[in-house]
Amino acid sequence: MPLTHLEPSPEQIEQDKVYQTMGLTEEEYQKVKNLLRRKPNYTETGLFSVMWSEHCSYKTSKPVLKYFPTTGEHVLQGPGEGAGIVDIGDGQAVVFKIESHNHPSAIEPYQGAATGVGGIIRDVFSMGARPVALLDSLRFGNLDNARVRYLFEEVVSGIAGYGNCIGIPTVGGELQFDPCYNGNPLVNAMCVGIMNHADIQVGQARGIGNTVMYVGASTGRDGINGATFASEEISEKSDEKRSAVQVGDPFMEKLLVEACLELTKHQALVGIQDMGAAGLVSSASEMAAKAGVGIHMNLDLIPQRETEMTPYEMMLSESQERMLIVIKKGSEEEIKAIFARWGLHAVAVGEVIEEEVLRLEHKGKIVADVPSDSLASAPVRHMPSKVPAAYLANQAAPAWKPEISNYAKTIKKLLGQPTLASKEWVTRQYDYMVQTNTVVAPGSDAAVVRVRGTKKGLAMTTDCNAKYLALDPNEGGKIAVAEAARNIVCSGGMPLAITDCLNFGSPENPEVFWEIDESVKGMAKACEILKTPVISGNVSLYNETDRGAIDPTPVVGMVGLVEDLDHVMTASFKNAGDAVYVIGEAKAEFGGSALQILMDGEVSGKAPALDLKLEKSRQGKVLEAIKSGYLASAHDISEGGLAVAVAEALFGTEFGCDLTFDTDPAAELFSETQSRYLITVPEAAKKDFEALISDAVFVGNVTRSETINLAFASSTVTLNRNELENEWRGALSCIMSAKN
Amino acid sequence: MKTAVIVFPGSNCDQDMYYAIKDGLGEEVDYVWHAETSLDGYDAIMIPGGFSYGDYLRSGAIARFAGIMPAVIKAAQEGKPVLGVCNGFQILLEAGLLPGAMLKNKHLKFICETVNLQVKNNGTQFTTRYNQNEVIRIPIAHGEGNYFCDDATLKELQDNNRIVFTYSGENPNGSRADIAGIINAAGNVLGMMPHPERAADALLGSDDGLRLFQSILNHWRESTHAAYTS
Repeated sequence: MPLTHLEPSPEQIEQDKVYQTMGLTEEEYQKVKNLLRRKPNYTETGLFSVMWSEHCSYKTSKPVLKYFPTTGEHVLQGPGEGAGIVDIGDGQAVVFKIESHNHPSAIEPYQGAATGVGGIIRDVFSMGARPVALLDSLRFGNLDNARVRYLFEEVVSGIAGYGNCIGIPTVGGELQFDPCYNGNPLVNAMCVGIMNHADIQVGQARGIGNTVMYVGASTGRDGINGATFASEEISEKSDEKRSAVQVGDPFMEKLLVEACLELTKHQALVGIQDMGAAGLVSSASEMAAKAGVGIHMNLDLIPQRETEMTPYEMMLSESQERMLIVIKKGSEEEIKAIFARWGLHAVAVGEVIEEEVLRLEHKGKIVADVPSDSLASAPVRHMPSKVPAAYLANQAAPAWKPEISNYAKTIKKLLGQPTLASKEWVTRQYDYMVQTNTVVAPGSDAAVVRVRGTKKGLAMTTDCNAKYLALDPNEGGKIAVAEAARNIVCSGGMPLAITDCLNFGSPENPEVFWEIDESVKGMAKACEILKTPVISGNVSLYNETDRGAIDPTPVVGMVGLVEDLDHVMTASFKNAGDAVYVIGEAKAEFGGSALQILMDGEVSGKAPALDLKLEKSRQGKVLEAIKSGYLASAHDISEGGLAVAVAEALFGTEFGCDLTFDTDPAAELFSETQSRYLITVPEAAKKDFEALISDAVFVGNVTRSETINLAFASSTVTLNRNELENEWRGALSCIMSAKN
Repeated sequence: MKTAVIVFPGSNCDQDMYYAIKDGLGEEVDYVWHAETSLDGYDAIMIPGGFSYGDYLRSGAIARFAGIMPAVIKAAQEGKPVLGVCNGFQILLEAGLLPGAMLKNKHLKFICETVNLQVKNNGTQFTTRYNQNEVIRIPIAHGEGNYFCDDATLKELQDNNRIVFTYSGENPNGSRADIAGIINAAGNVLGMMPHPERAADALLGSDDGLRLFQSILNHWRESTHAAYTS
């Protein structure tokens, strides 16, 4: 006997305001009552509470998301489906999306991160694409804190455990450390897939009378209410919600990928959707709503891994590795055979009906009967917005000027900061080579993955410098997009489109809502000018602990097309004797810089300014120079400034360099002025290169030496490459092995 | 030469092996599903890497019971070349075709990187295209690649020149005697943790692994030629 008799009655739900503990506000409950013209029962209240959570409905971020440009000549599928799709020519397309799993990872880091990876993979193959690459954008607190080290170590293990087993290479991402993420790490996973146009699928339940089938793993009690949990602040009580975190099974998902990709070639398939956040309820109601139909489902038929599950539990479970599909009536046996070959369930659980309702039957009774589009259309919330006092103070602050007594020491210290140090301790735990298409491995500006059977490649990256956004969300939002595009360009790719993961604090705080609003405006502007529309994304709000909100962290995932693998470019210097150029003049812009964090422990003042027109034209020229074959290396100058960029370009090589500048050393070496590049050019191509990029400044040559000489009018900074490299390469593993 | 790449549920380097043979070597190759029971008609058998059956138990422990395994053992007994890479090596150990066992890497973490391997025996049918003691660059990607065997087995491997590859320089996983790959007494079953199929295309960083497949092909051509003329 399921425990349904313990559930409160509709009357009790109203009287005792049970809906509030389930996450619905007073107003929302009234709206549900009006929609149904009666009081919702316990199961129905549950359906609304998850579907109207911020995580599923984007009810507070919707007005802001409208700023994003979402169309473009190459866009085949914009936001709204599992993932966005962009044309890459020859009848092929690239599919990608990024998604957060921050809250689960804060409580149960291994499974939280693993299931984040699993979820985003399902979003991509549900479109009919084969997943070809994963990227992970991670942020943690200060590594001095033992719990932070635990979270970091387990999140990385969880990503590795899932990605390595399923056999999709983890080729890139980013990793930053800052005290604002102490109790609230950010775990954003991105998946990229490749497909033929002919195989594009949608999550729609078209065709009255067609069969709804449940495929993949069975349903358990894990992850119940996960979406609601993800829409609250993290507190000491969050640990009690450990059961809201799902458990991943990458082997099951590997079978599911292969079976579903076989399925997408089958003419009987009508629609397919991942059972992700809010599991069965979201997949069923969204598929019905998008097609303007209803679904009648018999819950007794749902494969269950535990006994006596209630309708509420089944509908809200977030058990992993499950998909809902709609197929043409009569083809059930063929579909079952596909899944049986992979040892998976495929069970007919319902049918598409004309009446636009989600109707659930359990033990002969109708246990829920709600309009299908009502679940998918939460009332939009327009939040008040207020300019933060801190922003105004930072804008008015006098320019920050560093006083540097020892340049060599400062450079070495910067390279040993966890955020700037080598990420090898992480990336060597990820299989970044499986599928044998990884042309540029983790560590360069963007990763490049070959499109097998063609001469094309896909360049991919994730970027966001939250410190700029902390000072100025609008400018910082622009920079996040521009930097991603710069990384793509430096790898030889033409930026195509972005996916975004908007990580912020509570939107109920007007100052946070202002940050959200301004960040998105800035990003949207950059997307428009750089012609990189937003094709998919995810919003993660309520990233707060009792110590406050995280810095605004809208992570940009970008994919670019490398037209010919001969154009692939990396950041490393290649030959002794090559000429070194810097494109872009350094201004004294230190607000939010790595140098400021190193010296002050916090950021202040103005974020670097970004001129989007200049950005666009420089990107165009650098890409042209790469395609013309003029360059030996290209690296964008970002966190840590030119000093860090030069060091990174030399690590792993046997080279040094002699560079001479007629500028101010502090600004030249450490300023984070935007739209700057570090380029090397073989002697033979110098003339052509200078003719193409006339404002590139020749600063010296690559040498076959361990010595890095940086000469200024007043002094020369001399560094030893090996010494710097040891500091840089050893920093993270040293912290992680010494303190565990 | 017609090659079979065995596909278990959870194999994930099956395609990489397939393309190394098809595109790298330019020879005929098929995927063979784990539930099949015959490998007749194939000249070489590849057991690819991955996480067969999820490897939630001991790596390869369940795969050895798959329907195809009697056919793999039969092929090995017939003297056909059998190559197990990574999870494939683990499966060959579990199936008893090679001696020893795998432990977790000494640092307990999964490791993915390109390492230096030394060719310790270039007289096998898998290694004739290498020079003796040549150092080659081949990727590894595993969590349980710490090869272990008892003293008697180690001595037997050493005395009979059955250690084919060792890690050169730093040993990434703590394996006994730096072992990266071993061969059976008959010389036709090779198990190795490093992935030669990932080093079959210079575009991806190294094509040192291609010579392993070329060696197999070469041996097959010579032995079939000898068979025709004898």
